[in-house]
Amino acid sequence: MPPALIGVLFLLVPTLALLIRTPWSSLGAIYRDQGVWTALRLSIESSLEALAASLVLGVPLAWMLARFRFPGMGIVRAIVTIPLVLPPVIGGVALFSIFGRNGILGDGINAVFGSDLPFTFPAIVVAQTFVAMPFLVVTVEGAFRIADQGVEEAAATLGASRTRIFTRVTLPLVLPSIVAGSVLCWARALGEFGATLLFGGNHAGTTQTLPTLVLTVFGSQPEAAPALALPLIAVAILVLGAMRDRWLRPVAAS
Amino acid sequence: MKVLVVSVVALLALAGCSSSGSTAAGNSTPAAGLHGSITVDAAASLTEAFDAVGKQFIAAHPGTKVTMRYGASSDLATQITQGDKVDVFASASTKNMDAVVSANLAAHPVDFVANTLEIAVPPSNPGKIAALSDLAKPGVKVAVCAAAVPCGVVAAKVFANAGVDVRPVANEADVKSTLAAVESGEVDAGLVYVTDVRSARDKVKGIVIPDAVNASTTYPIVVLKGSGNAALARAFVAYVLSAAGQRVLAADGFRKP
Repeated sequence: MPPALIGVLFLLVPTLALLIRTPWSSLGAIYRDQGVWTALRLSIESSLEALAASLVLGVPLAWMLARFRFPGMGIVRAIVTIPLVLPPVIGGVALFSIFGRNGILGDGINAVFGSDLPFTFPAIVVAQTFVAMPFLVVTVEGAFRIADQGVEEAAATLGASRTRIFTRVTLPLVLPSIVAGSVLCWARALGEFGATLLFGGNHAGTTQTLPTLVLTVFGSQPEAAPALALPLIAVAILVLGAMRDRWLRPVAAS
Repeated sequence: MKVLVVSVVALLALAGCSSSGSTAAGNSTPAAGLHGSITVDAAASLTEAFDAVGKQFIAAHPGTKVTMRYGASSDLATQITQGDKVDVFASASTKNMDAVVSANLAAHPVDFVANTLEIAVPPSNPGKIAALSDLAKPGVKVAVCAAAVPCGVVAAKVFANAGVDVRPVANEADVKSTLAAVESGEVDAGLVYVTDVRSARDKVKGIVIPDAVNASTTYPIVVLKGSGNAALARAFVAYVLSAAGQRVLAADGFRKP
């Protein structure tokens, strides 16, 4: 039992210490002076856009991985998990290599959009999508794999089209996993730091998210840094509250 | 006794630094009995100069080891005040040094060099930058150091002096990251130290900022109270302040404080 107790304390105490060391009386001044609300807005906007991109690209990818047999599938699955194991800062370097001004597609991006990608708001969305999408894909793929294909076959024998089967039968079956994967993916995007810092440039008002702002503040006013964690802790509590049925109860019915 | 000898050497060096440079310490008289190792936290802009100074110091004191750690002075100061074990701190700004001194972790830092800024552009100069005012043009991508980092503080002063409204696209963690953004060609220009342009050689092109609008920052150095090898730490600081150390720094473009 003592190791378990130590385990719980180890996970709990640092967060509690953050709250203890938060300079509550000067909270308002810190939030105003450090541009916390701007950074929080950018964090939420960019992470939601990264989630949207992940859903559009990731759900079909998960479906393909779960339902199709094709040569090189193992390689595709490995590719999907690369960003999971790669340090995000390396992801940032990789994004420069492909989408940077001098990257492989740099000239093409400039020709199409009339500007370069790095150090822009879309850049942080791209960085977060790169790092966070695998969480969605991996979660949803598992659901597609175990979803009862008999129901789909029944729908097919009743004359439903493939699109109709996918939207009316398959998707509802895996919806809980899409929700869970979305939460994981969004939380990962919200907390994304390394790739966002490098590829986005950490510029206040355009590419500075709350996590990269914490780095900046910690360098100049370390005593103010705990205050910046509060909005993210609040978000974490909200997420846990929303997902309590899934995560906060021991596995019983499934 | 050994400590006393080293302190005397250090004091001589301090005195020698402000006048000419022909003191005994300047000739790096081998202080007997120096041994062991120290860790030096130094501003990123000191990377090349301190690598060279460190090499000379070790050559003058065989058997000793000096580990250099470079980073934004603001980050280093935070690490030191948060309890990082370091023997010497060389900051690119008095402000960050003051944070360490006021935390009672060191006393009586000595200014050893000063530095000013220069515009660095990729060799092909894609943004066609010729002067500070060009940095404010729409579409010109500029990298500067983050506001907390000394090079960011000086950059803000330079922009204010020149009365130009520059909207940087990237706020880098330290001056070497700003330089790297220029070297990679991802930005059109970056504001870095004169010394960084020199150390980057042909990887960037420097555009001089007129003295009238340029701003400078002073670099203080100190032995930390918690040093586990104060004798060697003091000897290193003395060497930086000595004529030999100052020669290396001057060769890299650093000015006298």
